[in-house]
Amino acid sequence: MLAEFLQYLFTGITIGATYALIALGFTLIYNASHVINFAQGEFLMIGGMATVSLTAMGVPMVLAIVLAIILAGILGIALQRFAIAPAKQADVVTLIIITIGASIFIRGIAQVVWGKEYHVMQNFSSDEPIRVFGAVLNSQSLWVLGVGAVVVVALVLFFTKTLTGKAILATSMNKEAARLVGVRTQMVLMLAFLVSALLGSVAGIVVAPITFTSYDIGIILGLKGFVAAAIGGLGSGVGAVVGGLALGIVEAMAAGYISSDYKDAVAFSMILLVLFFMPRGLFGPKVVERV
Amino acid sequence: MTALVEVKGLDKAFGGVHAVEGVSFAVEAGQVYSVIGPNGAGKTTLFNLITGLYVPTKGEVRLNGENTTKLEPNQLAERGMCRTFQQMQICMNMTAIENVMLGRHLQFKSSLFTTLFRLPALLRDEKTAYKRAADLMEYVGCGEYVGAEASAMSYGALKRLEIARALAAEPKVILLDEPAAGLNATETAALEDLIRKIADQGITVMLVEHDMKLVMGISDRLLVLNYGRVLAEGTPEEIRQNPDVIAAYLGG
Amino acid sequence: MLNRFMQSRLRGLVFLALILVIIPAFLSNSFQYGMVTQIAILAATVVGLNLLVGFAGQISLGHAGFFGLGAYFTGIATGTYGWPSVPALLVGAIMVGIIAWVVGRPILRLKGHYLSMATLAVGFIIAIILNNERALTGGPDGMPVPAFEVFGWELSSFARYSLFGLEIEGFEAWYIFASVILLVAVWFALNLIESPIGRALRSVHGSEVAASVVGVNTAKYKSLVFVISAIYASLMGSLYAHFLGFITPAVASFEFSILFITMVVLGGMGSTFGVILGAAVLTLLPQVLADFQELETVMFGLILMLTMIFMPKGLLPTLTAIVSKRMRKKAGGEA
Repeated sequence: MLAEFLQYLFTGITIGATYALIALGFTLIYNASHVINFAQGEFLMIGGMATVSLTAMGVPMVLAIVLAIILAGILGIALQRFAIAPAKQADVVTLIIITIGASIFIRGIAQVVWGKEYHVMQNFSSDEPIRVFGAVLNSQSLWVLGVGAVVVVALVLFFTKTLTGKAILATSMNKEAARLVGVRTQMVLMLAFLVSALLGSVAGIVVAPITFTSYDIGIILGLKGFVAAAIGGLGSGVGAVVGGLALGIVEAMAAGYISSDYKDAVAFSMILLVLFFMPRGLFGPKVVERV
Repeated sequence: MTALVEVKGLDKAFGGVHAVEGVSFAVEAGQVYSVIGPNGAGKTTLFNLITGLYVPTKGEVRLNGENTTKLEPNQLAERGMCRTFQQMQICMNMTAIENVMLGRHLQFKSSLFTTLFRLPALLRDEKTAYKRAADLMEYVGCGEYVGAEASAMSYGALKRLEIARALAAEPKVILLDEPAAGLNATETAALEDLIRKIADQGITVMLVEHDMKLVMGISDRLLVLNYGRVLAEGTPEEIRQNPDVIAAYLGG
Repeated sequence: MLNRFMQSRLRGLVFLALILVIIPAFLSNSFQYGMVTQIAILAATVVGLNLLVGFAGQISLGHAGFFGLGAYFTGIATGTYGWPSVPALLVGAIMVGIIAWVVGRPILRLKGHYLSMATLAVGFIIAIILNNERALTGGPDGMPVPAFEVFGWELSSFARYSLFGLEIEGFEAWYIFASVILLVAVWFALNLIESPIGRALRSVHGSEVAASVVGVNTAKYKSLVFVISAIYASLMGSLYAHFLGFITPAVASFEFSILFITMVVLGGMGSTFGVILGAAVLTLLPQVLADFQELETVMFGLILMLTMIFMPKGLLPTLTAIVSKRMRKKAGGEA
């Protein structure tokens, strides 16, 4: 009983931590530009696939990871510069379609470069699973949680202690005011996409040994990140983390106790339920509409 | 007799801040009733409370004797209340005249079936609505824009268009939120005439306005708000001589 | 003024009819007829979706769910239970309408991205159910659907018919049928848009506050247009199922929902004829790009991105703006 429950919980927290990282990426970009970036999942794909292919070419694991993260970062900046920035006057839906176009484009390139097969990545450390009260914990799960925690702490420090972080926050609150006090808002937007891409690729890399990776893995992971961000409330960092973990755990429990075929249906029902009672998610800002 | 619009102990707090606090007054049918006060006094909030855009924290609003405190704006429209906005709310995705025709929304009785097949009943309705809307645009003084897109209109003309839309709803009471803001002297004078014409038709007018000359000239009664509270209430003559008002406006 | 107003809407419809009549002159085989028929059915679907997205300004990222429900209702009712096509199509549409109304009431209170999220979730849940209820739907492998039939008369792409002494191939008959359906769908949409109901819908997009203070019950109208667009999707899903003869849960998938919304945005939100162009372009583009083989996806993504960046208002509105600017310049030059 307990073993079973723990097993689902471990699975849920692990995948939930990944969702939380993706959701944080969404939140960053949303705060800086009010764009929902449907290409967010592609950063994960790039992170995982680039690491796998570089290690296959004989590059040491650590270097491969660094290179993969850099690649995703460049992609993030390019996305902002060449796809989002030129379309700043566009409608919300139009921007969504642009990011969808970008994600199809990136996926297409990945498919050409890396093919359509699934790729397996080695665990970072031992393949030996850890046993807790009869439940099995993959050692990679600890990596996911550890890296997730480090990233969250780093983000908190970045936004509260550094000038750049504060500039991003200021821009998200009031673009015009930030510009007036000398914040270069274009630069900030680029930074938001960069950090978001880095986050995504890190998530993609740490989770790759558990889920495998392929050129089209970004679609569903990106969507789950969007779901997590919406559950938490778009624009809220705490919400992204809570939403991600909640989504992961609910999914794992649903798969374990109800049916793995319907785990996604349970996740999507959860978002409907949350939005039904809290139209701006769990931690979304309350806004009074002015007329 | 009961007042047309009656406000009792109205209170609205945003967070801990009271935008409107303990406001009571009554508007008789046929009056021009103005709400004045410095910026941030809670005038627009008061209008939003009366027209159902905000739900008050405390107190009640009565329209024609009926408690309408919790009703939605569209339900108030059904009961004969219509308004314009300080920050104009024009549908820029529609033509000018369509905006006014929208005002006649409640007069249309066509079913979905009639609409989908574009039956003669609908065409008749539309023809009447079009004619009435064109007349109203003429009436408020933006007749030259009958064939134009809303997005092609000047600021002053849009303000008039908004009034035409409100009138198209054939209201008993119309609330105008700063209709003269951003208008020049000539336009303001024309606006004064227009408000008089509307009042002469028997439509009760409630007005939030900064232009003192305009307000004192056309109002039957005035309400002066300061920091969300009632500072004074009375005829223009009474207000002019009220020591509190003089202190707030001149001494402040 | 009023007359000119009314003429302009009929002109568009007549123009579309003319194009539909001319198209067969450029078609030489059943595959091409099939493509165009498919475009007509998808176009009618997005004409309905455009009422919701383009006119009422409410985003739906889950419309394929309703399309898929229509398709599967027809598939199951006619295939498994032997219902005639027309009752299946109508009952399916009514059922989908009711479902849309029930989910629409709560989720249409949501705004912006939260509404996209909720519609996406609804679409996903429908797709998951269709994927997993194998006994009913055949699961991911899909299910066959019988040919469309009315009073024992079957419409099949592989049959031959003689009409008023004219020999007609089955695929030609389907094309004619789909064209008529598209024209009717457009006619209904135009009638709806230029009516008091249509104005109320557009005012929800233009200014929800303005709409409500003149008496528009915005919640009711949002639900209404959501239901109407879902019924459009359901009816066209049913026809699509009959036309293809075989359906898989892909017709209800997220990818299909995205395809629909992309047709609307690419063609031009709020332009009934624009979204038809959008449907045509997005159906034909993969065919054209097939020559690029493995670069097909890359090209598709690139074209989609560039078009939206440089024509954010969509193809048809941008093109008509350019043309009318040219014409004005020309007129100015002559004067």
